Amino acid sequence: MKYIDEYRKKDLILGIADEIRKISKKEISLMEVCGGHTMAIHRFGLHSFLPPTVSLLSGPGCPVCVSGQQFIDTAIAYCRQVGVILTTYGDLIRVPGSKSSLEKERAAGLDIRIVYSVLESLEIARKNPASKVIFLGIGFETTAPLTAAAIAEAAKLKLANFHVLSAHKVMPPVMKALVKDGVKINGFIAPGHVTAITGIGIYKDLPKAFGLGVVVSGFEPVDMMQSILMLVRQLEAGKPRVEIQYQRVVQQEGNVKALKLLDTVFELKDDYWRGLGMIPLSGLKIRSRFSEFDIEKILPVDVPLSTEPKGCICGMILRGLKKPTDCKLFAKRCTPSDPVGACMVSGEGSCATYFKYRE
Amino acid sequence: MCLAIPAKVLSVDGPAARVLIGDTEYNASLLLIDDVKAGDYIMLHAGFAIQKVDEEEAIETMRLLNEVAGYDPES
Repeated sequence: MKYIDEYRKKDLILGIADEIRKISKKEISLMEVCGGHTMAIHRFGLHSFLPPTVSLLSGPGCPVCVSGQQFIDTAIAYCRQVGVILTTYGDLIRVPGSKSSLEKERAAGLDIRIVYSVLESLEIARKNPASKVIFLGIGFETTAPLTAAAIAEAAKLKLANFHVLSAHKVMPPVMKALVKDGVKINGFIAPGHVTAITGIGIYKDLPKAFGLGVVVSGFEPVDMMQSILMLVRQLEAGKPRVEIQYQRVVQQEGNVKALKLLDTVFELKDDYWRGLGMIPLSGLKIRSRFSEFDIEKILPVDVPLSTEPKGCICGMILRGLKKPTDCKLFAKRCTPSDPVGACMVSGEGSCATYFKYRE
Repeated sequence: MCLAIPAKVLSVDGPAARVLIGDTEYNASLLLIDDVKAGDYIMLHAGFAIQKVDEEEAIETMRLLNEVAGYDPES
């Protein structure tokens, strides 16, 4: 098995679709939380295989989209300082801040480098001892342990010129906030790679407290169709619960080693989510033990509060209240080559996905 | 952003591995998982192996799915 081709077989997808059609009676709405799921649904046109009783809604699972302009503005404020090398995942390079973007700043001559892995940032710090190397830490539980590992390595190597600007966030509080906020859904297609780290314990109150089904899903079309089938079965039987479809990667207890490292380096803080506002204990900040690596601690910058661009409804889209096609700017003023809102910038943002695969 | 891709482990050298995706080789940090050996599949995310792929579970899931779909993978 190569774990890709087997999960893209058309006959298998059609077979599962038949089964869903056969048993689906109730009208249900399922939210895929993860941007990777949104992409898979549109890329493979999975909507077209589902009966009218099952509708899918995109959630806030794109870290670039929910981090908003303030983070980019802050990153830019840092890289304009003398002797700073900013390192970032490619995902952030084109995201518009309130006045500029990292791409524009780089074109203007600032030292901004795209890295594939945070470990490359450590290497850059080692080779440039006179510079402050600041890594933009972004992402959910899947990605945050990588930053934690890099900080732990930097501590071990006594690499005092490596720093992190953390916008890392965690998933469970926002999933609950959405439901409490009145988003009408019957179940979550839960993020496979987040759960590969966290384990399924994070979802345990959702069925009882909110009557929601939860299926942790893989990212191939067969995975997603199977997850939808599992949710339909749960909801038709009136027995919502937490199940794992993505058994080949997700273990009940998650990745214990990664979780331990995450907890060693980071602690929870209240955090701002674009479109959703402040959510208690939904973000990750670097523990004081490691504060020499926390750029916000050693070199605070003052960045004015940013405002959302006029006419942009990213916030409503991230909450599943509107679809990208409801936005007046969509595909007119706002396109992937000249994006207004964050949901159009990130390749896995709902707007960019809708744009790429629009009919 | 949470994209992770199955990769085959070619060799392990301390806290790092060489892995294969399609025809391309990559480095994978093993700082987040233990007990990886050549021949295993891992999920590669931004240069790190974040979890192993469980072959038995994968085969079992496929068997169940083929049953649901009435699909004969041999045909």
